[in-house]
Amino acid sequence: MSEMAFEKGQQLPLQTFRVTRADLVRYAGASGDFNPIHWSERTAVGVGLPGVIAHGMYTMALAGRAVTGWVGSADAVLDIGVRFTRPVPVPDTDEGTEVEFTAVIKNVSEDDLVTFDLTATCAGEKVLAQARVVVKQI
Amino acid sequence: MPLDQSFTGRTYPPTEPYQVGREKIREFATAIGAADALHHDVEAAQKAGYRDVVAPPTFPIILSFAAMEQIVTDPELGMDYTRVVHGDQRFSYRRPIVAGDELVVVSSIDDITHRGGHDFLTTRAELATPAGEPVVTVVCKLVVRGHGE
Repeated sequence: MSEMAFEKGQQLPLQTFRVTRADLVRYAGASGDFNPIHWSERTAVGVGLPGVIAHGMYTMALAGRAVTGWVGSADAVLDIGVRFTRPVPVPDTDEGTEVEFTAVIKNVSEDDLVTFDLTATCAGEKVLAQARVVVKQI
Repeated sequence: MPLDQSFTGRTYPPTEPYQVGREKIREFATAIGAADALHHDVEAAQKAGYRDVVAPPTFPIILSFAAMEQIVTDPELGMDYTRVVHGDQRFSYRRPIVAGDELVVVSSIDDITHRGGHDFLTTRAELATPAGEPVVTVVCKLVVRGHGE
């Protein structure tokens, strides 16, 4: 557990997560979302995508990990919301791709609710908008 | 044809209770790379005051995604799911989900709008215990792309 006290305007350090095709297959199985655009190049290209893309919910899960990482406790999230703005293409390579997260503290309420505004990028492009997470500061 | 906006406010019947399994939480946490002991180690979760391991924040998508089938396959609503894009997603918690929870999902359509040739559908899933204790609200906004692109 973290004793870190967050302050309004504080910038959080960059966190980077690697995403490979194997991660998407594993996530499909664990989540029950078997949409083939997340594992079949043929299907993804057929519907006009550049190739296989990550589940939006996988990127959102990484946003949750980023925040619990900054906060230092895995049960702190009270509210998490995002808008999916761009797909995260995941090439069929050992390296896959990377999603990077930073955040700024938007607000700290009197009852210690801390609001994070997140920025998520892949290959320099923002992949989420209005990504906001509220945690209870312990 | 645009979606019928009179479906706004429609609520679907509750799902059968979903049993939140310890191994399912571990599997989901592993799939998203969440290694924290609270998701995996019963003893660590109990030390933190929980009955059992704690689910990661986006875990309820498993339930809400399945429950949303009622909406996207509603023949009266007539959505073309092949044209659906995930727009927004939000989870608002009353308390964390822990293994052993039983959760019932009630799905509703909060809003339908049509603009720029596309339909925008806001769905809400209320996850509660069978006794009626609210646990988490899941809001999902879907975009149904029009054919006029």
